[in-house]
Amino acid sequence: MTATVSEEKAGSRGDLPPVPDGAVTVTLKILRFNAEVDSEPRWESFNVPALPTDRVLNLLHYVKWYVDGTLTFRRSCAHGICGSDAMQINGVNRLGCKVLVKDLMSGGGKPTTITVAPIKGLPVHKDLLVDMEPFMEAFKAVKPFLITYGNEPTRERIQSAHDRERFDDTTKCILCACCTTSCPVFWNEGSYFGPAAIVNAHRFIFDSRDEGAEERLDILNDAEGVWRCRTTFNCTDACPRGIQVTKAIQEVKRALLFRR
Amino acid sequence: MTLALDKPRSPRRPAARRSNFELASWLFMRISGIALIVLVLGHLFIMNILDGGVHRINFAFVAGRWSSPFWQLWDLSMLWLAEIHGGNGLRTVINDYARKDTTRFWLKVMLYVSMVLILALGTYVIFTFDATIPAD
Ligand code: HEM
Ligand code: SF4
Ligand code: SF4
Ligand code: FES
Repeated sequence: MTATVSEEKAGSRGDLPPVPDGAVTVTLKILRFNAEVDSEPRWESFNVPALPTDRVLNLLHYVKWYVDGTLTFRRSCAHGICGSDAMQINGVNRLGCKVLVKDLMSGGGKPTTITVAPIKGLPVHKDLLVDMEPFMEAFKAVKPFLITYGNEPTRERIQSAHDRERFDDTTKCILCACCTTSCPVFWNEGSYFGPAAIVNAHRFIFDSRDEGAEERLDILNDAEGVWRCRTTFNCTDACPRGIQVTKAIQEVKRALLFRR
Repeated sequence: MTLALDKPRSPRRPAARRSNFELASWLFMRISGIALIVLVLGHLFIMNILDGGVHRINFAFVAGRWSSPFWQLWDLSMLWLAEIHGGNGLRTVINDYARKDTTRFWLKVMLYVSMVLILALGTYVIFTFDATIPAD
């Protein structure tokens, strides 16, 4: 294969595919950034043929594969499991693979514009690709693993269904960062642990088999811990897993208030 | 043979850091908020609505009210609770919005100094108010 050097942008998979029946052209407006060229992020619009049943991720693929192969974003599973494609879609944090075009269509035959921007509050590397390290650092800081003391039991650590239910909601987290990057406190003060870290602390604090609750509660009692939360519910609204994030944070606050 | 203990003596690790300041501050905002609903709304009602509202407020009216320890205590708690509540709220706002440590520091100095001045002046007036000086 010969590499062709061309000024023209091209998709990574070659020519445009045929437009499927029933497709409507929507404008996909993407907040792009390339540190080698841009001093600031800039909006770029693409006309994309979309089926109502397409997901926003399909539109991004269309652009990347057939129009501009330099478009950069994360995605892996494409089914809302891996948590890698959190982005701001029309200004709210969502997974690109879970939002359907039909839910974003403007009614009455008016032209549709869908805006896509990187999640907010984390450094942008390129286009929709952000540096997840500060987010992961907060996650690690709450010790998101089973802590036990004393002798290893000789058999499985048994838990009643009732005890399991206690933290069921927070086991669903896929660490997509939709919540933390929708939090106004996190935007202003990146040292705030953020809702995702608290959700994952909650998952162990309320686990009857775990013995590290005190340590985690102490961490979250800190100046950058749960008391920073202002109960605005942005996080609950953003969570693609439907986790009652703010409720989990309140439960941690309550545990801190009434411990001992 | 190992010297390591098979089982730690204290089952839980001691706390990494033990300051309940943010907890107390959070709790205070809520408790003072509840108290302020009664104090501030009562205050607004008496001052602005009850017989004649603001038009009847003069030296004699204030003198009459502050001759009673009840209203002195009312206004004193309103002063302290509102000032510390508002001041602590602004502390949070400064923590949120100040980007540089120096900005944060000086904004907080200004805030705390103004809080002390207002609390001192207000408390001084409530306790030393002299109803016998002629109102001319
Ligand atoms: C009428 C009764 C009041 C109630 C029930 C009330 C309640 C509250 C509560 C619960 C908070 C904490 C919010 C949070 O942590 O997310 C708060 C914050 C605050 N309050 Fe009040 N408050 C009252 C009156 C006042 C007054 C009179 C002032 C001004 C002197 C004031 C100034 C503030 C400020 C500056 C904040 C911080 C705002 C922020 O965190 O963004 N409040 N209030
Ligand atoms: S509820 Fe708390 S953690 Fe969630 S977005 Fe609001 S301030 Fe942030
Ligand atoms: S709590 Fe929800 S929004 Fe936050 S990281 Fe987990 S799955 Fe994503
Ligand atoms: S690509 Fe895995 S969650 Fe969207």
